[in-house]
Amino acid sequence: MKACKTILAGASVLALSVSVNAAELEVTHWWTSGGEAAAVAEFAKAFDATGNKWIDGAIAGGGGTARPIMISRITGGDPMAATQFNHGQQARELVEAGLMQDLTEVAERDGWKDFIYPSNLLDSCILDGRIYCVPVNIHSPEWLWLSNAAYEKAGVPVPTNWDEFVASAPKLEAAGIIPLALGNQPWQSNLAFGALQTAIGGLDLWKKVNVEKDMEAAAGPEFAKVFEAAANARKLAEKSTVQDWNQATNLVITGQAGGQIMGDWAQGEFAVAGKVAGEDYTCLPGMGVNEYISTGGDAFYFPKLDDPEKTAAQLELASLMVSKQVQVAFNLKKGSLPIRGDIDLAAANDCMKKGLEILAGGNIIPAGDQVWSPDVVKQTEDLMVEFWKTDMSAEDAQKRWVEIHENDG
Amino acid sequence: MTDAAIVSPRLEPGPRGQKPRRKLSRRNIFLYGTLIVVAVYYLLPLYVMVVTSLKGMPEIRLGNIFAPPVEITFEPWVKAWATACTGLNCDGLSRGFWNSVQITVPSVMVSIAIASINGYALANWRFKGADVFFTILIFGAFIPYQVMLYPIVILLREMGLYGSLWGLVVVHTIFGMPILTLLFRNYFTSLPEELFKAARVDGAGFWGIFFKIMLPMSLPIFVVAIILQVTGIWNDFLFGVVYTKPDIYPMTVQLNNIVNSVQGVKEYNVNMAATILTGLVPLIVYFISGKLFVRGIAAGAVKG
Amino acid sequence: MTTRGRPNRLFYNLSAKIAALPMMFTALVVFLGGTVWTVVYSFTNSKLLPRENFVGLDQYERLWSTSRWIISIENLMIYGVFSLIFSLVIGFSLAALLDQKIRYEDTFRTILLYPFALSFIVTGLVWQWILNPQFGIQGIVRGWGWESFTFDPLYNPDIVMFGLLIAGLWQGTGFIMCLMLAGLRGIDEDIWKAARVDGIPMWKTYLLIIIPMMRPVFITTLVIIAAGIVKLYDLVVAQTSGGPGNASEVPAKYVYDYMFQAQNLGQGFAASTMMLLTVLIVLIPWAYLEFGGKKHD
Repeated sequence: MKACKTILAGASVLALSVSVNAAELEVTHWWTSGGEAAAVAEFAKAFDATGNKWIDGAIAGGGGTARPIMISRITGGDPMAATQFNHGQQARELVEAGLMQDLTEVAERDGWKDFIYPSNLLDSCILDGRIYCVPVNIHSPEWLWLSNAAYEKAGVPVPTNWDEFVASAPKLEAAGIIPLALGNQPWQSNLAFGALQTAIGGLDLWKKVNVEKDMEAAAGPEFAKVFEAAANARKLAEKSTVQDWNQATNLVITGQAGGQIMGDWAQGEFAVAGKVAGEDYTCLPGMGVNEYISTGGDAFYFPKLDDPEKTAAQLELASLMVSKQVQVAFNLKKGSLPIRGDIDLAAANDCMKKGLEILAGGNIIPAGDQVWSPDVVKQTEDLMVEFWKTDMSAEDAQKRWVEIHENDG
Repeated sequence: MTDAAIVSPRLEPGPRGQKPRRKLSRRNIFLYGTLIVVAVYYLLPLYVMVVTSLKGMPEIRLGNIFAPPVEITFEPWVKAWATACTGLNCDGLSRGFWNSVQITVPSVMVSIAIASINGYALANWRFKGADVFFTILIFGAFIPYQVMLYPIVILLREMGLYGSLWGLVVVHTIFGMPILTLLFRNYFTSLPEELFKAARVDGAGFWGIFFKIMLPMSLPIFVVAIILQVTGIWNDFLFGVVYTKPDIYPMTVQLNNIVNSVQGVKEYNVNMAATILTGLVPLIVYFISGKLFVRGIAAGAVKG
Repeated sequence: MTTRGRPNRLFYNLSAKIAALPMMFTALVVFLGGTVWTVVYSFTNSKLLPRENFVGLDQYERLWSTSRWIISIENLMIYGVFSLIFSLVIGFSLAALLDQKIRYEDTFRTILLYPFALSFIVTGLVWQWILNPQFGIQGIVRGWGWESFTFDPLYNPDIVMFGLLIAGLWQGTGFIMCLMLAGLRGIDEDIWKAARVDGIPMWKTYLLIIIPMMRPVFITTLVIIAAGIVKLYDLVVAQTSGGPGNASEVPAKYVYDYMFQAQNLGQGFAASTMMLLTVLIVLIPWAYLEFGGKKHD
């Protein structure tokens, strides 16, 4: 640790900026798609307007590619000035090791606790009563996206919930349409299963298993129904061979597939393709069964730097990210929900408004990243991708699911 | 050069004996037929890349990846080089090109300098324990890079090189060392011992022999080493992205960014153009030095 | 290898030792040190950061009860065996063809070798595309009217490893061919003449005389191929990302995913230790052949 500090000091001397009252901050993130980049540009614009300079450090390939790089740099003693992580436990150990900037003072000065809504967003940022991160948006994964054109072709009305979706599947298949689009990557299988947990098992069971971590309930007959439903659903996705989530979304956009279980970020793809919610496609939050959303999303962390000017600029950036104006501009571009309850997103589209309503109604649950460790999440993803892509029995899958989750320290 | 050729004339590549007679024998039909089929298989992917990079997206969607472009467009190339976006930076691969040059040149020079000295010390000055070091080194060739990622982070941190260009040079030197040392060691072993002994009798020391006797005779193996290192370092993605900062990210990182950016429709033509552009430097090195490469390989790998 | 005159004077040895310091550093500190460090921490429950919290063999127990790890090992074995066989057979056959005093040898050799200049990322992307059922080979053959033609190795869990193999061989066999060609060029012309005089057929000469004589080339080649197989990672990530399902997962990917995505360093280190152990099992006989066996020559 001592050597590390010396090097930190050395590095910051080298990097000392020439200008006196403005600092250059390098910010790393994995937002590289069209809509995502436009959203980041809003942060950068607002930050540059304060006289500082945003140095963009985008890393493509998603969080799985970007996070190892970020973590290596922070532990290697050459940290960036700010970095994205998902809400939850991804950066907890870095905070515990004292590598992250304490934001409590800014948070208290600006009164974050008063306006951040839902309040549990901030809980993930708190360690021993101190605040170490800035939540910037809410993304909920449990949405069912449906192609109206596909259902028209098959001659069935567009489903309004998951059960109707399953019932309509044979007709779609008869019309040569893949009922369910599902990408190959492990996290997508896990996301689909997570959505089914709430749609089939219900909210109470979800909370019992995932929040109270009641493994007897997880091994029980009610939870078994979720696995049976998933075993059923994987047959609907048999013909879907795409890799990326947006390629799967593209199957829905073009009417080659009936529907896809995907997070609210999918609406960005529909928007780019010029599709209109309600006319060309239908979105069902909570799979149309339970109107609720989970509060996953992105947060920014600020590694400790020795240069006081940079530290001041870090705090300025943190404060800026949650400000009303920036929140509106950022989230409209990103297609995500804001983290403040006190702003009006009049420009939001239909699907986003549905999300906002549910959020305002308080029908929220924590996201998987918040309740389980990254280790458990990864193992569950591995299990789920095997389950969805092979003929593993529902009983076996349930047994292994319980084994994985029992061991979470 | 001439020395090496005199000493081991059979290391010279190229056909031996008289020119073959032009004859359409059954043997020749089989021979050239096989070679042409194989060559087509090897060229197919390059053909697909080039053809695709010259098509517009609507044409690609029609389906046939092997069909030549109906309407040739260079737009994907321009976009890949100059305007493709990563996050907020919309200057395509151009930014990474010079970074890659900056990384590759010192890395290649340092790694080859050290590996050639290693090989020389191992081949001609076999001190006690040399074989042990060499065995460990070869063992190192098998260690997956991902496994060493973390120890290297700690190492660079302790050396104070983390995040700097020289840190990356050190990493490339370390991971290039096993195979290069193996090649140099084998090559120096294959050189006639008499030269070395004569120089020693004349009183030349370690460095004297290395610079005056060994180096002038080692062009083929240096060509091999340069080719292997330029290719390896230029194509490296993992080390470049983990051990440096965005302002010196190599070209492959930008390639990854362009290819992996999750956007509405995958722009296959831009991807392919970016892919070819990134691979151009190693490809040119290969085409220029093809003959020397085989000669060097012959010298470095055969003896052992 | 010949026995070298060993300089006994300390002065010469000293120079050589000083010159070899970077090598000693790399061998001892980086490779050996890094390995020992990895092995030690594989007995801890380190998560995101390394911690000295020892848990015995827990990580290994978990590793060997994880189906993804078992699948990864099986896949690597399939890929390894076939890659080794095909690389050597194809590489040697091509080299033998090129060694028949043919015209345009340079052209053919360049064509066979150029893929080696491309990274695995590029290789994976291109072949992913050629093997794509809609656009690639399958789509085209179906377009010719053979509607039932099926060739989709990347989408069929049973044969996906062979889809990777096609791309891997495309990238690597040219280099193996070069090594073999170099070896063939090192064979004395007189041996061929003698074989011809004795009336030994060509294939028999290759099999019984030439190949045994090329032992050193084969050993170098084996080391290079085997090192590539163990490290198999980029190609999988670019071509299949381990899919469909987890049908094309490999050990190196397991290590990386668990170290960084799952933030479970202990598990990743345990997996890498198992990989290193496998490497040792392969390498010890080689080291014996290369160093131990020679002394008896």
